[in-house]
Amino acid sequence: MTNALIQIADVAKSYRRGQETLSIFDRLNLTIPHGDFVAIMGPSGSGKTTLLNMLGGLDRPSGGAITFDGKQIENLSESKLSSWRAANVGFIFQFYNLMPTLTAAKNVELPLLLTRLGSGERNRRVQTALEIVGLSERKDHKPKELSGGQQQRVAIARALVADPKLLLADEPTGDLDRTTATEILEMLQLLNKDLGKTIVMVTHDPAAAKYAKRELHLDKGEFEERVS
Amino acid sequence: MKDLALAFSGLARKKLRTALLIFAVFIAFLIYAVLGAFSASLDAATGSSASSNRLVVSNRINFTEVLPIAYVNRVANVPNVTDVSYSMWFGGYYQEERNFLIAFAVEPASYARMFSDLNIPADQVQRFSTQRDCMLAGRTDADRWGWNLGDRIPVSSNIWRQTDGANTWPVEVCAIAEGGEELPGAGVYINYEYFDEARAFANDTVGNIHIQTAGAEYNDQVIQDVDALFQNSPAETETVTEAAFNAAFIDQQGNLGLIILGVTGAAFVTILLIVGNAMSGAIRERTGEIAVMKTIGFPSARIARIVVGETLLIACIGGLIGLIVAWLIIELGGAVLAAFSPFFATLTLSPQLLATAVALMALLGLITGAIPAWNAMRVNVVTAFRRI
Repeated sequence: MTNALIQIADVAKSYRRGQETLSIFDRLNLTIPHGDFVAIMGPSGSGKTTLLNMLGGLDRPSGGAITFDGKQIENLSESKLSSWRAANVGFIFQFYNLMPTLTAAKNVELPLLLTRLGSGERNRRVQTALEIVGLSERKDHKPKELSGGQQQRVAIARALVADPKLLLADEPTGDLDRTTATEILEMLQLLNKDLGKTIVMVTHDPAAAKYAKRELHLDKGEFEERVS
Repeated sequence: MKDLALAFSGLARKKLRTALLIFAVFIAFLIYAVLGAFSASLDAATGSSASSNRLVVSNRINFTEVLPIAYVNRVANVPNVTDVSYSMWFGGYYQEERNFLIAFAVEPASYARMFSDLNIPADQVQRFSTQRDCMLAGRTDADRWGWNLGDRIPVSSNIWRQTDGANTWPVEVCAIAEGGEELPGAGVYINYEYFDEARAFANDTVGNIHIQTAGAEYNDQVIQDVDALFQNSPAETETVTEAAFNAAFIDQQGNLGLIILGVTGAAFVTILLIVGNAMSGAIRERTGEIAVMKTIGFPSARIARIVVGETLLIACIGGLIGLIVAWLIIELGGAVLAAFSPFFATLTLSPQLLATAVALMALLGLITGAIPAWNAMRVNVVTAFRRI
């Protein structure tokens, strides 16, 4: 499939716990095309977050291959993986994980500090990202001065600002009320449709999964696909 | 600049902790700078004014014991001794006992000749040598007490009494030693004869005999010859180089160099442990934030650099404040304390001391940041997120 952004081929993941080897999944296969919005669901312990971590280069598979935009990533060195993440992946976490001492704008600017952009261009991009998430007027506020929904929007702006191809969201609405969760999910949908971002979202919430183009259920090391 | 801003933001996370760490470093550098200045001035006082071909003869018991003045001529006849003078500690003060003076009764002509580095105008040397109640004042003392040539002043002793019970020798300031860069021109000198004739006890004795040799290469032989000359006499001698004598004089206060090194070293080791421990704790608290930075794409080495940047900032901010306050203490306090001893007027933060302080700041920052930086590099993102 030439349009594939991510290809997972025969990926296995196991952990050693004492003498025991615990297999999370074995020979997992998945293709995610450019511009897809995939929701991954499944029971606790099924390996959703582990898979997300491997897609983001935070964890390595025990076997198999992960290809991103035609390039295998599972064997890259730590420093190359860091550079690759900085250029290609934006992360959105359940608990936002903003830097408490930095303002919203400075939090959003963080990924740009890894680029060679000058401060003027960085500021312009930060402003654009904050405008996309509707928070440009709160750019000088620190995280504790923002609501949960606003903090998550800042986190989305941070994930977006370096213009990555892939957004990885781990339970992005898990800590939000329904109304705010809906706003965030609509925003992700918008980023997928209007900006063409490929999004992989892990969620427990079937209502959240409905916002994705397709839902994948991971259970006992296998995917079951349902088209939304 | 990007990383510096992040290092500053890390410090802003717990302002009180950062302030206390900076305060701890400030104390260490304050102690270092003040004691360092003290030590440097002490070294200058003992070393720089010491000529390599000058020797000092004292009583073997210790330098507070006296020697018969008759020894002076016998010492003068020792081979390779080119000049001889003598002095007696006067224990002087001006008007009130708290106005302490470094005062000696000396044989004027030979003393001025031997200590030409005191830098006395020739006509004043002449007056000092011929006028019995003439006092030679160092420029530092003259300025401090507002003495001018021709002023008649009382110089009192807290050791010596005259036969009538008085302890004041009226003198005229008729010579001023300008001193030099290395010899600050402190101290006052009165005529030995004028002093000795009036004192009630220990007449015809001197505290020290000063010898000038034909050259430093003759020092060892002259020392041997002089001490041999008075062996088994009631007042045996101990002859040493002037530098050794000055150092021994200072060492009567204890080994100041060792004390200063000990105090400064203890302060630094303590600060090292405090800052290192606090920063390790700070990094543990920020495991989640470090994991996020790694997730975003910050390489481990760059995160380590930011952590070390934080400890360097603490060391530099605290250290610089310490140096500034030390400078204020030395400049302002030194001027006040100079009233008690001109030594304090010589206190200064030398460029060498400042350069060492800056190097110590860098070293302190690097050492205290090393373990926290290593811990930050080792943060495993997956494990860290599981704990959040």
